Amino acid sequence: MRIGTLKESYVADAALFDSRTQHVWLAIGAAALCLFPFLANDYWLYLACLVAINVASSAGLNILTGYTGLVSLGQAAFMGLGAYTVAILQLRWGTPLALNLLAAGVVAMLGGIVVGVPSLRVKGLYLAIVTIAATFIAHFLFANFDFTGGTTGLSMRPARVFGTDLDTSFRLYWLIVPVTVLMLFGAANLFRTRIGRAFIAIRDRDISAEVLGIALLRYKLLSFGLSSFYAGVAGGLFAYFFRVITPESFPLSMSIFFLAAIIVGGMGSTLGSILGAAFMTMVPELLKLIFDLLPGGADLTVFLAPVRLVIFGLLIIVFLVFEPLGLAEMWRRTRRFFHLWPFRN
Amino acid sequence: MDWGYLFEVSLTGVMGGGLYALAGLAFVMVYKATRVVNLAIGEMLMAGGYLFFTFAAMWALPLWLAIPAAVLASGVLGAVIEQCMIRPLLGEPPISAFMVTIGLGSVLVGLVEMIWSADQRRLPDFMPTQAITIGEAFLAPKVFWGAVIAAVFIAAVLLVFRYWRGGVALRATASDQAAAYAVGINVPRVFSLSWVVSAMLAAVSGIIVGSIGGISSSMGVFGLTVLVVVIVGGLDSVLGALVAGLLVGLVEGLAGGYLGGEYKLLATFIVLVFILMVRPYGLFGTHEIERL
Repeated sequence: MRIGTLKESYVADAALFDSRTQHVWLAIGAAALCLFPFLANDYWLYLACLVAINVASSAGLNILTGYTGLVSLGQAAFMGLGAYTVAILQLRWGTPLALNLLAAGVVAMLGGIVVGVPSLRVKGLYLAIVTIAATFIAHFLFANFDFTGGTTGLSMRPARVFGTDLDTSFRLYWLIVPVTVLMLFGAANLFRTRIGRAFIAIRDRDISAEVLGIALLRYKLLSFGLSSFYAGVAGGLFAYFFRVITPESFPLSMSIFFLAAIIVGGMGSTLGSILGAAFMTMVPELLKLIFDLLPGGADLTVFLAPVRLVIFGLLIIVFLVFEPLGLAEMWRRTRRFFHLWPFRN
Repeated sequence: MDWGYLFEVSLTGVMGGGLYALAGLAFVMVYKATRVVNLAIGEMLMAGGYLFFTFAAMWALPLWLAIPAAVLASGVLGAVIEQCMIRPLLGEPPISAFMVTIGLGSVLVGLVEMIWSADQRRLPDFMPTQAITIGEAFLAPKVFWGAVIAAVFIAAVLLVFRYWRGGVALRATASDQAAAYAVGINVPRVFSLSWVVSAMLAAVSGIIVGSIGGISSSMGVFGLTVLVVVIVGGLDSVLGALVAGLLVGLVEGLAGGYLGGEYKLLATFIVLVFILMVRPYGLFGTHEIERL
């Protein structure tokens, strides 16, 4: 039982993981992630990959919206940029996987920086609407250019690593999950650096941040760029995972999904990105499960999609009204309870 | 250059813009009073359209009863939304309320699909069907009469809020909440009022939009254009909503007429980005002065 932490140096205080308990849990988590594919069936592996992709993208959006305070409804557009980059690179030039993913991130990052340019002049809600424009403009570009395959989109070959085709969920798991874990560590580490702290300062009060010597435009663009880089890589993974991408794969509702995921998970928290994305991805599946169990389930399947929409909306509303800090805060409260037990917190 | 065609396309666009202006007015009303950006405005429009459909087509009420009933029911919906979702978020950052309305939009679409299914439906006709000609230009009668109704409503709203006590209270609250409180205006009541009126206006535009193009659960897309309209006009400006409504309608008409239907939304969003780069607070929005 851990009841407190003793820090003896600034380095210890700023450490990413500050206690033995955390190290132990991290090791357990890593072991669980490694063992999971051998124990789970195809359906769960499919779901795990999907969750991992969404976690990666949510972590990116959380950098922008949760930490820098710039609300964006354009995440799907950047994922689309990444996905199309991967698809085009693979189909045209057959470049290797690692390069494709990196290129996906970089292309999306450039797109993000372009969309971020108005962010110095335009703030808050105005900016949110501008990013909606990004989604529509991206959709239009995907649908109307020859090399993106127009409205029919592109179909890809499976990713190939060391002569092995990544064509099952089991194999893709070993690509998607490690990349996501790596990106999560990157995000968590970011906020121990000057850049991450500048982001937080901008979120808390941008004018004060500027007075303190943070170049607003530079850091806002950097935040947009980093966030879209994450989205781009996630989009690249998405392309390898589904292998078919069309302009319709990246609708506005997808951007809303990611925003909802970080609201429900917890804004400005890496744990929040994980919990939120996992939760929001699992809820529809859970609903499907419940529908299957209900008597006369076959007649009810027409209601599945609308019920999902309603639940999705209700989750956003309920979390914002009753738990604005999200699942991450609930987790922290639970942890605090056990730390302080048997005392009241 | 076919000037007749240009005139016809522009006229149709501007008339369609009248509907944007009406829906934009519904949006601005809420924003001015409560500082909530209502992203669900399109879905509220849709709700109004479906309520009218229920009363007029399913329950077969006469039109003079069905329309007011739908509008009143939408008003109730507005009051419920305000009480359950917006009131608890008073004092929270504006982004929270904005996101709640995103959730609301999703809930409304889901409910509509659950109750009425996702199929497109036709509203009963209630407008004259004789084609309208202005000079050389032919206009679809529904578009013309829709624009006329929208114009009448806009004028009525402007007059009401100029002279009616409730309207004065609303304007007072919008310009200074604390001062409005101090002179005895019941500010929370004004908040509810603004949502009720906004929902009713949205219902009216929903009924018109629905009777022009039919109603479906994807009608909320109309709301995106309305959003562009109010941002271009400046969020808190009634005049801005009217001007931008006509402007965006015109741009959309021209883009649709000369480039094709898929360019409509793209053109409006390009106008949006362009105007925001030049005037970050829209054409007529208040430039907020920020201090530390």
